[in-house]
Amino acid sequence: MKYVDEFRDGKVARSLAQTIAAEVRPDRRYHLMEFCGGHTHAISRYGLRDLLPPEIHFIHGPGCPVCVLPIGRIDSAIELARDHGVILCSYGDTLRVPASERMSLLRAKAEGADIRMVYSSADALKIARDNPEREVVFFAIGFETTTPPTAVALRQARTEGLKNFSVFANHVLTPSAIQNILESPEVRELGTIPLDGFIGPSHVSTIIGSRPYEFFAEEFQKPVVIAGFEPLDVLQSVLMLVRQLNEGRAEVENQFSRAVTREGNLKAQALVAEVFELRDRFEWRGLGEVPYSALRIREAYRDFDAEVRFDLPYRSVPDHKACECGTILRGLKQPQDCKVFGTVCTPDNPLGSCMVSAEGACAAYYTYGQFKGSAEVAEAS
Amino acid sequence: MSANPKLVKRGYIRPLDLKQGKVEMSHGGGGRAMAQLIDELFQQAFDNPWLRQANDQALLSRPEGRIVMATDSHVVSPLFFPGGDIGSLSVHGTINDVATSGARPLWLSAGFILEEGFPLADLKRIVDSMAAAAREAGVPIVTGDTKVVERGKGDGVFINTTGVGVVPDGIEISGDRARPGDRILVSGYLGDHGVAIMSLRENLSFSTNIVSDSAALHDLIAAMLRAAPDIHCLRDPTRGGLASTLNEIARQSGVGMAIREEDIPVREEVEAACELLGLDPLYVANEGKVIAICPAASADALLAAMHIHPLGQDAAIIGEVIEDSHGFVQMETSFGGRRNVDWLSGEQLPRIC
Repeated sequence: MKYVDEFRDGKVARSLAQTIAAEVRPDRRYHLMEFCGGHTHAISRYGLRDLLPPEIHFIHGPGCPVCVLPIGRIDSAIELARDHGVILCSYGDTLRVPASERMSLLRAKAEGADIRMVYSSADALKIARDNPEREVVFFAIGFETTTPPTAVALRQARTEGLKNFSVFANHVLTPSAIQNILESPEVRELGTIPLDGFIGPSHVSTIIGSRPYEFFAEEFQKPVVIAGFEPLDVLQSVLMLVRQLNEGRAEVENQFSRAVTREGNLKAQALVAEVFELRDRFEWRGLGEVPYSALRIREAYRDFDAEVRFDLPYRSVPDHKACECGTILRGLKQPQDCKVFGTVCTPDNPLGSCMVSAEGACAAYYTYGQFKGSAEVAEAS
Repeated sequence: MSANPKLVKRGYIRPLDLKQGKVEMSHGGGGRAMAQLIDELFQQAFDNPWLRQANDQALLSRPEGRIVMATDSHVVSPLFFPGGDIGSLSVHGTINDVATSGARPLWLSAGFILEEGFPLADLKRIVDSMAAAAREAGVPIVTGDTKVVERGKGDGVFINTTGVGVVPDGIEISGDRARPGDRILVSGYLGDHGVAIMSLRENLSFSTNIVSDSAALHDLIAAMLRAAPDIHCLRDPTRGGLASTLNEIARQSGVGMAIREEDIPVREEVEAACELLGLDPLYVANEGKVIAICPAASADALLAAMHIHPLGQDAAIIGEVIEDSHGFVQMETSFGGRRNVDWLSGEQLPRIC
């Protein structure tokens, strides 16, 4: 297929894999964190681990939008739909994320709450226009990639004077999460997470550019290679990281130069800055409260802020006791280290959020890795 | 002066308004309105000796051989889509469920649940399409039923069809007969139906040339059985797609499956649409495709027979059955890596990022 098959050529992949195998040093390990769920998904779906030498270890980072959404935020969304009677519009994956008391948006929907799956913020606006007698709330989640469309919707709503539309903003920031991981005692002092370098986000970086990662490369001496989500992109970025580590370099390199520049998309950045400002703190599933890691709606757009309009209090809810999503999202454990993985917690009945999205590490392991048996999966990790 | 007797038509009933009319509660009430709907719409479209008898049941002569029966309810939205509609789909779906036992389908029944207020013009379109599909397949609709539910309690039209067929002697087809070493074949491109439907959903506006593959497969299957009477399993990969169907058979037979991504036929447009929506074509529904599992020795003859039939032109051998007590379906990716092809979990929902 045009513009897709080019990045999925099996022959190119095998020759890249051979080069990586030839260049890895047998006396060391390469612990690479792919930050994004998109990369986790590509690694599992194309069976990339099978192509790579055993020296390469992937650590699956927290860059899966639904995986890091804390239970309290889903509870609030359910409250909006159930108790305030709004039409709640949300992206597909979010519907299945487990909330308190075995609830989820899908279950609330089955019980009669008006929850609608949308493909873009523009769909939510349209629903608001078509239902002037109803309150319509867009449950906005995601990293920097999905933030500009939410900003556009807010601006459009204000221009149109759309009184029945508001946004429940849960947009989070990639660099803050990376910094949180790098500053965690497990990485800095205890050394419980060996972490040699990052496969950097692709879509997020088209917006924020490659510049924000320069700090990590310099301050923490970790190489970062920004990589596309196609399987060949991932392989090429692994090769680039191996080379940096072999040569003792810690730089930001851009494998995804077909879409990412150093400065990023300035227009989108300006739009986001006009509509959003930093929150002092925000709870992430797995990482806990992370300072300056999320966005809230600015005063000028206050009328369209669902948290203000419906006076939503935030209640933090701890994860299920047996769920290891937190440690998995920080790279401390692998999915199969979790006691409930594949037994109580499956994609059909997810206990934790990492089992929900195809981008979550647990779902990817469960869906694509089962046939290998747990021993082989453990060995490969 | 009395009325001119020539102007009074005795027993005259105003015909159904098939242009502007709507389904009313009385159309399911058992009275004159229902009789009229049956006479003027269903009877006329489906016309055959059984329906002409106008009984509450069809009296059928017992055929030779083993009898199979299958039923399927159709609740598709939207009702009309590129390449078909709920009417043709309800005929094809049940014929295929009967035919994948190796049977020759003989008769169909049709049960309609109509929502009050549904346009009669749309109902006529659906019924005509059903009639055309049944006629083309050579399988008459011999009995039926109509109910009307209040507005808001249905989604326009729901159709249940049941089919009866007869399996020739010597044919033994069942989902528990896959054996290690058997070959796995598909009859053509996967995912067309699901993508055609999805392209029309209200909140998705992408245009595509993809049309549903909805088709009756009994003729293709008969040709396949002539070429390879020792086929072990046949199944049509509808909801849940190829992935779910292979998992079902693997579990029933207590075997594993190994398929090759490169050999699975998927159209570029379908792949592109799935890419855009974050879906996997292996899980997308088909309505005119069949998966066959047969002994390795028969595979080439079977494939050749499929290639000759218009519905099997793009058939391919995509893998083989292997020993595996866990019943896993695994796939060699186009990269040479291996991965599991799991059951579909819940509904396929689009990814966010």
